[in-house]
Amino acid sequence: MAAEVSTDVLVVGAGGAGMYAAISAARNGADVVLVDKSLISRGGATIMAQMTVAAAVGEQEPDHWTHHLRDTLEAGRGLCNEELAAVLCEEAPVRIREMEEWKVGWAREGNHLKQVMAPGHQVERCVYVDFLNTGPAVAKTLRTQLGRADNLRRAGELTVTDIIVDGDQVVGAVGLDVETGEPVRIEANAVILAAGGLTRLYQRNSASVNMGGDSYALALRAGAELIDMEFVQFFPIGHLAPRMVGMDPIMWDPFRYKLGGRLLNADGKEFVQNYGHAETTDKYTAPRDVVSFAILQEVAAGRGSPAGGAFLSFKHIPEDELRSAFGPVIDRLAENGIDLRERSVEVAPIAHYHMGGIRVNTRMETQVSGLYAAGEAVGGANGANRLSGNAISEAFVFGERAGRFAAGAAAGRDREWSDAAAESAVERIRASRDISATDYGPSLAGLLVDLQEIMWRDVGLLRTEGGLAAALRRIREMRREIGDRPSESDHRFALSMQDWFDLWNGLLAAETIVLGAIKRTESRGAHQRDDFPRTDPGQAQNLITRLEGDALCVETTALVKNPIAVEPLEANR
Amino acid sequence: MTQETAMLRVQRGGPDNEPTFDEFAVPYREGMSVLDALIWVRANTDSSLAIRYSCTNANTCKECMVKVDGKTVYACTARLGREPVTVGPLTNKRLLRDLVTDIVPPKEKLSLLLGRE
Ligand SMILES: Cc1cc2nc3c(=O)[nH]c(=O)nc-3n(C[C@H](O)[C@H](O)[C@H](O)COP(=O)(O)OP(=O)(O)OC[C@H]3O[C@@H](n4cnc5c(N)ncnc54)[C@H](O)[C@@H]3O)c2cc1C
Ligand code: FES
Repeated sequence: MAAEVSTDVLVVGAGGAGMYAAISAARNGADVVLVDKSLISRGGATIMAQMTVAAAVGEQEPDHWTHHLRDTLEAGRGLCNEELAAVLCEEAPVRIREMEEWKVGWAREGNHLKQVMAPGHQVERCVYVDFLNTGPAVAKTLRTQLGRADNLRRAGELTVTDIIVDGDQVVGAVGLDVETGEPVRIEANAVILAAGGLTRLYQRNSASVNMGGDSYALALRAGAELIDMEFVQFFPIGHLAPRMVGMDPIMWDPFRYKLGGRLLNADGKEFVQNYGHAETTDKYTAPRDVVSFAILQEVAAGRGSPAGGAFLSFKHIPEDELRSAFGPVIDRLAENGIDLRERSVEVAPIAHYHMGGIRVNTRMETQVSGLYAAGEAVGGANGANRLSGNAISEAFVFGERAGRFAAGAAAGRDREWSDAAAESAVERIRASRDISATDYGPSLAGLLVDLQEIMWRDVGLLRTEGGLAAALRRIREMRREIGDRPSESDHRFALSMQDWFDLWNGLLAAETIVLGAIKRTESRGAHQRDDFPRTDPGQAQNLITRLEGDALCVETTALVKNPIAVEPLEANR
Repeated sequence: MTQETAMLRVQRGGPDNEPTFDEFAVPYREGMSVLDALIWVRANTDSSLAIRYSCTNANTCKECMVKVDGKTVYACTARLGREPVTVGPLTNKRLLRDLVTDIVPPKEKLSLLLGRE
């Protein structure tokens, strides 16, 4: 039987990386299909990003991409794939300018792009769209370009559940039609995985509901490798309480950066300075990992806020200063009953970004012929810790490259769909037809909440061998419990089936983090072991994960080095 | 602190049946949204409840529109009070199931890609 859809290049996930990849593949001559489990451009992290995008365009002050690279490698604590990092930094300015041509509306100052400082950068390098509107503007701009491209079809509400590999060649994918609960077969010469990250696997996160690790599970099952999965970035002062609606939980960063909010424990005392870093109230200088660690230790010592974090107070800041810095946002806070003159808020670290991911070369190729990856799904460029602003640049740069190289590889090849290779994937979805609409087992949505709690408690900011071992046992138990096909079905708007696939993927992705965290017996960047508090120079190597049968295997591999001299700076404006 | 409860009356069913209503009791938390309550119901009481949402907090995806007491709102920014509320699907869109309607833009429909329309 023929597949329902046939194309040269299939792009999975329509965030910044997937949309860029689709546009790029189309302009390089390929027929393209772009799909998303949610709606095009709306389901992932891209549309939620509020702040900045790093690129050495050098308009604010002299800069050069080799300087951006130096800062990126430094933040990555020795683990970056230096080839990927170089590509990211060298091409970021090209993509920023292309987005400008597409009228994204980067903030300007006089006759140049406005660029601001962000933690870890040595020059004013980060562009943005006012006011706190970077993500929505980026999403809208790319979606408009999708509409202008030739040979590009796109559809929401299709959850890709398996990449289909015949022999050692990708031949397409199978997905779940969310509206009908039916399988959809898509024949393609090349597939680009741009399905985003995994921070939804943590109880406290900044994620959307579609960021549960599908990219990694799809790649593993297709035979591709993952790299450095133990590195999950936590954002130190995510919003915790009171419940605030209609606001991004990472919003306090610009507040603190601009105004200098005070971090206080339950005794009303500042504490960050007690953890090896002097922090003053007028400057916000302590590195993110230090602040996260300090909050955690205060909570452990019984000096946490009621909801289990720290207090962030702006009470010392005059109202007119608050207003002039954040005008309309102050009103939105008021709607949430938060008057910063009267009350402090509670903050705590939250899972925010994944450094680990699919292992690719600079052509964005995985080890499987025809399978590419782009965006947050890719691992390696940011090493053990990501520099702020690099994630959106990464989505653009890797997306553009994946589209270009995939189009090149797909051109002129015959399509070779194989029903035999796709059979088990199709059956997995069809099997749910036999389940009656009232036949609900243990709530899968509830199991996901359990997984989030385990990941937060035992695989979060501060890890121990005992905690990791307990998490591994429970995750493996849960993998057995859910079986190998959906156990619930709703036949129309198949959310329960979706829950099952979310768990199926999420549990596998979670296990890769745990295994990496067990194997890495040191503390480095975002991976902190209570029982191995120091960085071990002997472990300056990457961890590779692959799936063999049903079992995950982790082994070490040498770093990818690519020494590049830092160019002297000259004014280029 | 005593555990307070919020009550929701939620419309159920697809386009082919008369709608029915289910009542759900949800633990109340200061400032919680209608979406928080619906997510809690799926995880703890009835996972067959269909809702559509993505970003959950940021109010950027604009996927979660429903009717609360007859008024069109975003479920993620509509606050739940202590009074019971009735939650239903948008009435100007094709109903898929429970609270989910077809809000997919015409050029991005899967049925179009599949050549079904
Ligand atoms: C709240 C927030 C704020 C941020 N702020 C910044 C910032 O200021 N600067 C910065 O550089 N970075 C920021 N980041 C990080 C950055 O936004 C992301 O790393 C980047 O947008 C990822 O882009 P992406 O295209 O790879 O993934 P996403 O934008 O997450 O897109 C992935 C898409 O894949 C879809 N998908 C998932 N699984 C499947 C499947 N099985 N089948 C089909 N589709 C699927 C999802 O629905 C989603 O639409 C922020 C992140 C968050 C969460
Ligand atoms: S859940 Fe995204 S806007 Fe409501």
